[in-house]
Amino acid sequence: MAIENVNVKVKINGKERCADVEPRTLLVHYIRDDLGLTGTHIGCDTSQCGACSVMVDGEVVKSCTVLAVQADGSEITTVEGLGQVDNLHPIQQSFWEKHGLQCGYCTPGVMIAAVGLLEQNPNPSDEEIREGLEGVICRCTGYQFIVEAVKHAAQLMLESEVQLVGEERSS
Amino acid sequence: MTKVVGARLKRKEDPKLITGNGYFSDDIKLPGMLHAAILRSPHAHAMIKSINVEEALKAPGVVAIYTGKDLEGKIGRVPSSWLVPGCDLKEAPQYPLAIDRVRYVGDGVALVIAEGRYAVRDAMYLIEVEYETLSPAVGQKQSMQDHAPLVHDDIEKNIAFHWKAGAVPEEVCENAEVSIQQSFYVQRVAPSPIETRAAIGHYNPGSGELTLWCTSQNPHIHRMVLSEVLSISEAKLRVIAPDMGGGFGGKIGVYPDEALVGYAARDLGRPVKWIEERNEHFTASNYGRDEVIDVELFGKKDGTLTAVRVKNTHNVGAYLSTMGPGVSTIDFGLMVTGSYKIPYASCETFGVYTNTTPTDAYRGAGKPEATYQIERAIDLFAKKIGMDPLEIRRKNFVQKEEFPFTNAQGLLYDSGDYEKPLAKALEMLDYNQFREEQKELRKQGKLIGIGFSTYVELCGFGPSKVAGAIGFQGGVWENATVRVHPSGKVTVYSGTSPHGQGHATTFGQVVAEKLGIPMDDIELVFGDTKAISMGWGTYGSRSVAVGGTAVSIATDRVIEKGKKIAAHELEVSVEELTFENGIFSVNGAPGFERTFQEIAKSANMAWNLPEGLEPSLEAQSFFDPENFVYPFGTHIAVVEVDKETGQIEIKRYIAVDDVGRVINPLTAEGQVHGGIAQGIGQALWEGAVYNEDGQLLTGTFMDYVLPKARFFPKIETAFTETLSPVNPLGAKGIGETGTTASTPAIMNAVMDALEPYGIKDIEMPLTPEKVWRAISESEGK
Repeated sequence: MAIENVNVKVKINGKERCADVEPRTLLVHYIRDDLGLTGTHIGCDTSQCGACSVMVDGEVVKSCTVLAVQADGSEITTVEGLGQVDNLHPIQQSFWEKHGLQCGYCTPGVMIAAVGLLEQNPNPSDEEIREGLEGVICRCTGYQFIVEAVKHAAQLMLESEVQLVGEERSS
Repeated sequence: MTKVVGARLKRKEDPKLITGNGYFSDDIKLPGMLHAAILRSPHAHAMIKSINVEEALKAPGVVAIYTGKDLEGKIGRVPSSWLVPGCDLKEAPQYPLAIDRVRYVGDGVALVIAEGRYAVRDAMYLIEVEYETLSPAVGQKQSMQDHAPLVHDDIEKNIAFHWKAGAVPEEVCENAEVSIQQSFYVQRVAPSPIETRAAIGHYNPGSGELTLWCTSQNPHIHRMVLSEVLSISEAKLRVIAPDMGGGFGGKIGVYPDEALVGYAARDLGRPVKWIEERNEHFTASNYGRDEVIDVELFGKKDGTLTAVRVKNTHNVGAYLSTMGPGVSTIDFGLMVTGSYKIPYASCETFGVYTNTTPTDAYRGAGKPEATYQIERAIDLFAKKIGMDPLEIRRKNFVQKEEFPFTNAQGLLYDSGDYEKPLAKALEMLDYNQFREEQKELRKQGKLIGIGFSTYVELCGFGPSKVAGAIGFQGGVWENATVRVHPSGKVTVYSGTSPHGQGHATTFGQVVAEKLGIPMDDIELVFGDTKAISMGWGTYGSRSVAVGGTAVSIATDRVIEKGKKIAAHELEVSVEELTFENGIFSVNGAPGFERTFQEIAKSANMAWNLPEGLEPSLEAQSFFDPENFVYPFGTHIAVVEVDKETGQIEIKRYIAVDDVGRVINPLTAEGQVHGGIAQGIGQALWEGAVYNEDGQLLTGTFMDYVLPKARFFPKIETAFTETLSPVNPLGAKGIGETGTTASTPAIMNAVMDALEPYGIKDIEMPLTPEKVWRAISESEGK
């Protein structure tokens, strides 16, 4: 007996989107195949590598291990929602600046994990960054420039916050 | 002008990758596209008694199912591409799907095509296969024994090849004052690109053209081999490597799977996509290493080394992979003397079939193993004679003035100065002070150790006549076209096929510096056999040394032609012109000049060209290097072993590499870091494990340890620059130095830490349990 499809509605990268999917559809396939946002990748199928990491309601989630129906009604941010080429998020800017990527396949997930880390700890030490990236695997970089990129992003984010506060004060 | 070559530029390829705009295989979606899945053998060795696809064919969305028998006579066998001569090589035929017998867990049994990613797997699990299991051959040494099960009935003792090179006179061994003997197992490891393999086939019945997107480090090799396998003209087969999530050797191979996808797309007249799952990757994608290396090192009491005798027993798996036979023979056996002036060397290699997934090149391919055995052995030798590990290295180094140097196995090392990186590394670490501290800490019961690896490796294969002589079924030259558009913007076409290395940036730097134009004006095209006539891909650290040189030469040719046009317009001779910073100017006549962009337009419009000169501004180079290149360096590891738990902590890691000309220090450091992480992975954590039934026990990232960020300290890197005379860039290779150097550096450091226990060797990977057991056992003695 065929199981009926389910309509899954999300707010993804600020936009309302929906699609009818099989109930067993993984969130990552919903995002990639049904919504066409292919920046999020699949690396291991068993939630070790974190290439599929996205933000769901502000939490970093491995989208290969969540069903799309579980995310119904949630707010999702993927790499496409971080920033565009002419308006990069500090984490994207820093990964570029510090050579935090080589093949770029794990990168979207690593950047999302890093954003999650910086939200919890805006000024992490090298060690805290290394611990904080426990959920992601990169095979290319040996992580050193990823650590530098995350540190640089933290700085950029702190600085921009300081500026924001400054503007508010002056107004 | 500012130097572009040597500048720490951020990469051109990144903006799309950091914004989610990469175009990887699984991002490809074609109208009417079907999905493929491959049913694989759960047994290491079995006869296929029957395959029942009846239920599976009834499953929703199923379009076709093919078995090995269905494809007999329709797809050819998938051959190895390195048929090493003179070693009685026996290549067992590998068909895209097993016909009546499976030979490893992961061997393809049936191909299922259906509408949809999930539907195809549902159907696959409905196929019923009746197997009659056979005893498997597992482990290379056991599989060579007399009564071992045979992987291929007509191949005696499972010996795929028996290769020998070099000779050590008996009296040299007999008369040696000192000798050591040690057996090392360089275990099986998984290259593990984070993107698994994939293939998408699209056939146009009107034109007869088959397009195959696949995860290939060498799309032209894929085209060459698959055109035979699929009986299609190379002119009608287009292979495209889209963006790729790493390779590390695992995507060199031409696998049965790509042939299957191409076949099905043509047979069904609809696009077909196959994406490998990770668990599938662990069973169906080639591994690296898996070599048992027995080494004997001979010398004098004063530390002078006189001979090295090596035997390598290489587990090649169930079939010979694309590059497999060359790894433990040519790549390994000719490099067994390392960076040392050892007068005699010999290597004997057995390639042994087993009922396991095939092994192939993995980052370094043969050189990491060669380096491992000599760097470990020299430490054991030093310990035996009570000599410092640094002193014995220096004593035996090939000296700067001896280059070009012919090693005992006949390879000509292009250039070198082995003291230079060593001296630099010692500026970064005070060795004497370390030894003092070590003494103190040992008194307190703390185990710290230092390990050196003063490696040399061979890369950038060439010339092609040598490739032919060593049985490589391809050339090793490289192809580049530099095409200047009417605007003066440039497209570069390269036969190398990067997948993370950053060629768009480094090759761009070579062109930008020569043409004096901005990096933004240069684009690199690669990975498409329809855009690039021919090329040999990216592996063996060959891209800059060979491919980059082709780009450099083609750019010179563009300038040469540009000069003719500029001279004609300025009414001077070519000799009276200088081209610098993007401007052709008449010597000694300020203002008489043409910009590169003006000449680009002139060349393309062709309104006023010199008599006899053809229009357009475009040049090609096919560069065949005269020799290999030999990067070298010193890596130092400092570790602490927790004797209570066996846990190893890397306290410091120093890498000083000499890779010839460094084009971009930023990407070069990235290559070094990544290589080191993989090499340390081999030493400490990684390892594929089969049980005695030939079952893979490490089929996911839950069981196979890929290193994570917290496993590493900050790696300290530096470069020295000894140019190679082999190519005009002076470049060597960098991609594999890290994996080559780091494994023995770490191992030597741990063994140094464990010296108080008299422990000589522990089999890799050095899991805490193994280390703890070794300590406990030695304490019990």
